[in-house]
Amino acid sequence: MNAPLPPYVGQPVKRREDFKFLTGKGRYVDDIKLPGMLYMAIARSPHAHAIIKNVDLGPARASPGVRLVLAGKDLDGRIGPIVPNWIIPGSRVPFRPVIAIDRVRFVGECVALVVAETLAQAYDAVDLIDVEYGVLPAVTDETAAIRDDAPQLHENVAGNVTTIYRVRGGDYAKAAQEADQVIQLRIANNRLIPTCMETRSVIAAPDPDDTLTVYMPSQVPHMHRRWIAETVGIPEHRLRVVAPDIGGGFGAKMHLYPEELLCPYLARELGVPVKWWESRSESHQSTSHGRAHTETIEVAIRNDGTILGMKVDTLGNVGAYLSNMATGGPTVNTVNFGTGNYKIANYEATSRIVVTNTVPVDAYRGYGRPEGAYIAERAIDAVARHLNIDQVEIRRKNFIQRTDFPYRPYGSMGTIYDTGNYDGLLEKALAAFDYEARCTEREALRRHGIYRGIGVAAYTHMCGMAPSRRLAMSGFDRGGWESARVAIDSSGRATVYSGSMSQGHGHVTSLSQIAADVLQIPIENIDVIQGDTRQVQAGHGTFNSRSMAVGGSSLHVCSQQIVAKAKKIAAGMLEVDEKDVAYSAGQFSVPGTDITPLSFAKVARMAYVGHKLPDGVAPGLDETVFYDPTGMSAPSGVHLAYVEVDPETGIVTILDYVAVDDVGTLINPMLAQGQIHGGVVQGIAQALYEEVSYDPDSGQLLTGSLLDYAVPRAEHVPNITSLFQETPSPTNPIGVKGIGESGSIAAPPCMVHAVLDALAPFGITHLDMPLTPPRIWAAVQRARNGANQ
Amino acid sequence: MSEVEKRHVVTLEINGVRRNAEVEPRKLLVHLIREDFGLTGTHVGCDTSQCGACTVELDGQAIKSCTVLAVMADGASITTIEGVSPVASRLDAVQTAFHEHHALQCGFCTPGMVMSVRQLLRDHPDANEDDIRHGIAGNICRCTGYHNIVRAVESLVAKD
Repeated sequence: MNAPLPPYVGQPVKRREDFKFLTGKGRYVDDIKLPGMLYMAIARSPHAHAIIKNVDLGPARASPGVRLVLAGKDLDGRIGPIVPNWIIPGSRVPFRPVIAIDRVRFVGECVALVVAETLAQAYDAVDLIDVEYGVLPAVTDETAAIRDDAPQLHENVAGNVTTIYRVRGGDYAKAAQEADQVIQLRIANNRLIPTCMETRSVIAAPDPDDTLTVYMPSQVPHMHRRWIAETVGIPEHRLRVVAPDIGGGFGAKMHLYPEELLCPYLARELGVPVKWWESRSESHQSTSHGRAHTETIEVAIRNDGTILGMKVDTLGNVGAYLSNMATGGPTVNTVNFGTGNYKIANYEATSRIVVTNTVPVDAYRGYGRPEGAYIAERAIDAVARHLNIDQVEIRRKNFIQRTDFPYRPYGSMGTIYDTGNYDGLLEKALAAFDYEARCTEREALRRHGIYRGIGVAAYTHMCGMAPSRRLAMSGFDRGGWESARVAIDSSGRATVYSGSMSQGHGHVTSLSQIAADVLQIPIENIDVIQGDTRQVQAGHGTFNSRSMAVGGSSLHVCSQQIVAKAKKIAAGMLEVDEKDVAYSAGQFSVPGTDITPLSFAKVARMAYVGHKLPDGVAPGLDETVFYDPTGMSAPSGVHLAYVEVDPETGIVTILDYVAVDDVGTLINPMLAQGQIHGGVVQGIAQALYEEVSYDPDSGQLLTGSLLDYAVPRAEHVPNITSLFQETPSPTNPIGVKGIGESGSIAAPPCMVHAVLDALAPFGITHLDMPLTPPRIWAAVQRARNGANQ
Repeated sequence: MSEVEKRHVVTLEINGVRRNAEVEPRKLLVHLIREDFGLTGTHVGCDTSQCGACTVELDGQAIKSCTVLAVMADGASITTIEGVSPVASRLDAVQTAFHEHHALQCGFCTPGMVMSVRQLLRDHPDANEDDIRHGIAGNICRCTGYHNIVRAVESLVAKD
């Protein structure tokens, strides 16, 4: 196969990182084994809510191979507490020790730890830890937790509500008065487990020079360095965080977990490497969950389908403590986007953050935007159903128009959609889906007792959180910039150091495409380094679909600086004025003259030998950029699904799925489609299969392993047609918008609408996710029984 | 010494090399492969035999190596992802198809998925899409949505 030629951006360049993964040479944290390494295992609370009366560590300490056993009180005052990184102003932050001291608040909370010579010995000893609990009443559901008689989790969180957040624009009350009708709906956004195939794992290893290296699958290595340093009490410059290959993140690997603090603390105390590895079942009760909302919605409408206003009340269940970004998800990230792709001038939303006796809830692929899009889309679909207007027509009628951008929904100050062409997306999707033919087929089959349905969903959101000063306003203790360093060696080859962090995204390929086009060197001559705080200068990492828009842009600007400096050096070598030098196809030339052009490699060599540099030009060809974008990009899309529902079994068969997404300029369409495929399937999983269940009385986690939690397999999902429309974003120099979260935002409403459309002949207008066969079957039975009465 | 701590010598052939190890009776084959033999391409993705990341070939048959005790593999011939390609510096046909069709993202499920696809193609050399989706149903992939894995396998069927 021939190597691809520039320009690389826009080409489906095959992944440069594949070989190691395909041959088993990928290196994940659990693959690392260090000399003298000890293993930590955690004793976890079996109760959702209890007082810790006594902890007996004696038998565990006497167990073979055990080096250390500690309970929460042993660490009290030494490390911690764990504090959130995003605190919406006005929030009450409960105290969260690294290990529970006198009270546990969810099944899975750490109560003690063992360090032993082997993992098996550590597990054996954990079984010998004897904790005496005084069980308290528990509450797991957000609607139950805000009742007056609900068990209270934290003394400083009255009524279990940490945060009340309000958004309003226009005058909803007036809109409701002027409306022909106000329709109401109540929707649940089911709690999910992100389920990266690689669970979390941490190794902390003391180095002889009094530094500490922490190996962990971190989406945000530099932020983890700061958080661990501050929480454990280690000078930040003495701490090195290394994130090797990561087996998926999806938001779950960007928070601060107890084990990430315990291993560094123990490694320093014991002077040897300490490793913790999370089993899958342990992961279900220790790694953050996602979603878990209840929403009540009012839509003020005219009978012609015009939407005058919307009112939203969100309850966001965040589990027992405020995880890293917990106050931001159900608030800024959700209700700000509640009007979706539609012109709705009058909007009023309240979001309450509710603590419960469950695993903490935090970011999961889309974080808030899937919930926001679900509000907007379920609302507009309800309007269409209620008024018997075609689901495509209702969207066309209310879409924000192409000429309206940049668009501030409901006159918002902070929410801005930079660009979009929703009608274009819709028309392209309808054509690819053959919408009219499918509608005809659906009607014909219904007459034969075959129930097919078409689902439509549109979405937009904002990603690539920036600029830094805006993050400060919303309560973030982080910035929105990203850094890039491009180091050219004396042969003209490049090493790129990026603060972004691939977890399967293919950044080695996509980032080198961006750099290669600016540097005009072959992609093979570019290496990409990420995930090592000692090598990479600084960074924020990968989340919020930010890597291309922010990380890619910083690399683009940095590469331009390399070319600018190389031009100066070339001018000196060619003995011409810098402004007369042109750079194209990897050659510095002087147009209009017969001066022999200079290759990039020759200029690079001169940069390092330094023999003939212009005055004021320092040796070397090595630039670093910290790039803070001017704003956020707003990807958008329209997805369509075609399903068949068997009313006798409740089984949903997905017949077709078409996704048309506008993610701005495409860096690599093959990788982009891969992101859509994966995101859509995670969204389908939310709609049809996955749900975390807690026993409402005992607070026990019922979906405690992959035996009980239905991650879809190849048989459960369809082929996906992924198409794009490119409307470049004006917020960054390469015109890209985020893509990673698009699929999981669009697919849930799209699938639910398709199933509800199939069930329309039964008069079923609402079902909560996941639309499992028992849930559908029961709804059909209810509808039939109702009809017979 | 209790029965649990008693060690057993296991001798087997792994990727064509004869190896032996002393193991506790409770040790799983996957841990023997990863920890004793250092072949970390075989992954552990769950603890209930649901995910398939630990799939290897035991006497020519794809199995989940978390379902087999190390002592049960005594005398067996094992192939792991590291032994799939006859030339270590090159990809075999299944691996090449995965690369060509972008059938992997984070790469964690990939070794197990490749082992299952090899079995699928042995069982169903003319597999259609349903056969393929059923044939890899024992392996969970969280990144690709399976779409491109199915395309990769289809390309191998079409070639035959």
